[in-house]
Amino acid sequence: MARMTSQNGSSGNGRAPGTTGTWTVKTGHAQMLKGGVIMDVVTVEHARIAEDAGACAVMALERVPADIRKEGGVARMSDPGLIEKIMAAVSIPVMAKARIGHFVEAQVLQAIGVDYIDESEVLTPADEAFHIAKHPFTVPFVCGARDLGEALRRINEGAAMIRSKGEAGTGNIVEAVRHIRAITQGITALGQLDESGLTDAAMDFRVPVDLVRDVAKNRRLPVVLFCAGGIATPADAALMMQLGAEGNFVGSGIFKSDDPARRAKAIVEATTHPNDPQLIAEVSRGLGEAMRGISLEAIPAGERLAARGW
Amino acid sequence: MTSPRVGVLGLQGDFQEHLATFRALGVEAVDVRRPDQLADVDALVIPGGESTTIGKLAERYGLIPAICDRARAGMPVWGTCAGAIFMAKDVPGHPHPILGLMDLSVERNAFGRQVDSFEADVQVLGMDGGPFHAVFIRAPRMSALGKGVEVLASLDDGSVVAAREGNLLATSFHPELTGDRRFHALFLSLGSQH
Repeated sequence: MARMTSQNGSSGNGRAPGTTGTWTVKTGHAQMLKGGVIMDVVTVEHARIAEDAGACAVMALERVPADIRKEGGVARMSDPGLIEKIMAAVSIPVMAKARIGHFVEAQVLQAIGVDYIDESEVLTPADEAFHIAKHPFTVPFVCGARDLGEALRRINEGAAMIRSKGEAGTGNIVEAVRHIRAITQGITALGQLDESGLTDAAMDFRVPVDLVRDVAKNRRLPVVLFCAGGIATPADAALMMQLGAEGNFVGSGIFKSDDPARRAKAIVEATTHPNDPQLIAEVSRGLGEAMRGISLEAIPAGERLAARGW
Repeated sequence: MTSPRVGVLGLQGDFQEHLATFRALGVEAVDVRRPDQLADVDALVIPGGESTTIGKLAERYGLIPAICDRARAGMPVWGTCAGAIFMAKDVPGHPHPILGLMDLSVERNAFGRQVDSFEADVQVLGMDGGPFHAVFIRAPRMSALGKGVEVLASLDDGSVVAAREGNLLATSFHPELTGDRRFHALFLSLGSQH
């Protein structure tokens, strides 16, 4: 389908009777995803299973992170044809990944009309100095972070949503826990600082002091915070919600398990009711085997995806 | 509704933003995730979110008949965006659970995908204080309005984006995202009329 391109780089279809691509509509879309699960899918069939299980969005990919890790090589943006097939098959939002710094992949994803772009460390980085300048795009971006400084640098570049990086494709929650705790503890610590402390923090984080002041005052990020990277069970999903995530990305954890349809539903329910252990027990019973998973010690430092980006 | 307690369906979506807006108006507001919690509220908001997710979870927990019973007995119900889809009688091409309460049809993603999400000022029938700045995110549009349904707001292109049917209110946009509390106040006034 041919799409109009307006002066602000919008790839919208020109039907919108108002102003598109604003910070409010970008961050607002992430607000609508809260309390939900965004699932990695590699086929139309997966996408339908995810939608049927109650996913609030899907991430369209050629390979899930566990396979990217196993197969190695350069991981790039997925085939636009595959992404478009998935967009046509489901009515929930469809996200797709671009390489860190690869703004042309992002332009292509915007042109085909994906609903959110994940500038992702799961793909092989394209630029070692610059992340994508995200503000000029009409489509919103989500970016990974390991701590508050990284989250604020991404927001300053225009990320309208943040997720923990975790360690994708491992089925091991330990890194996601570390990153969510680092972000929430960083926010708490900012709240204790006086004006000169906030100025120092802004220098340290390499972001404007206004952004740091806003976080200190509101005791939260100015955008939605999700968890990603290692969720494999309903209890993992609830753990991250109790630790302060506002929703979950699940990558390899669903379609690398025994019974993806049931596990997907169970993870959705645990994300909706993170404080209800009875319900989590009920949905976890007899779920079959989770993805096998990898201990972090088994991954050489050079193969850790979370270290990509800064 | 003199000291109302407002429930906000908390299955998925931006229910916290609705809760915060009602609390800023001095109204008690709680999230509702189970049918038994409906007994404790005098009005219900169905927030923005993903309509497929909200519909499936509501069905799984038996919330659909429980909400419909209360709404038919006069409880005010307001749906924003996904909530409006959930309340409609007819949602073409959406084979997922809905309440089917309001006598209108809702077209999902009527203005396009996220790149077409937009902001616009709308005039709201009977609302003082000038136009309402409205945020539309993958927004739906209402049509085929039944006899008892009143249009509260439409866009310049004629799209109906807010409507009322007795104790039921639906908006295509998200008053919970803008800090303007007039729509929340309007919803509270429905309770005193019914």
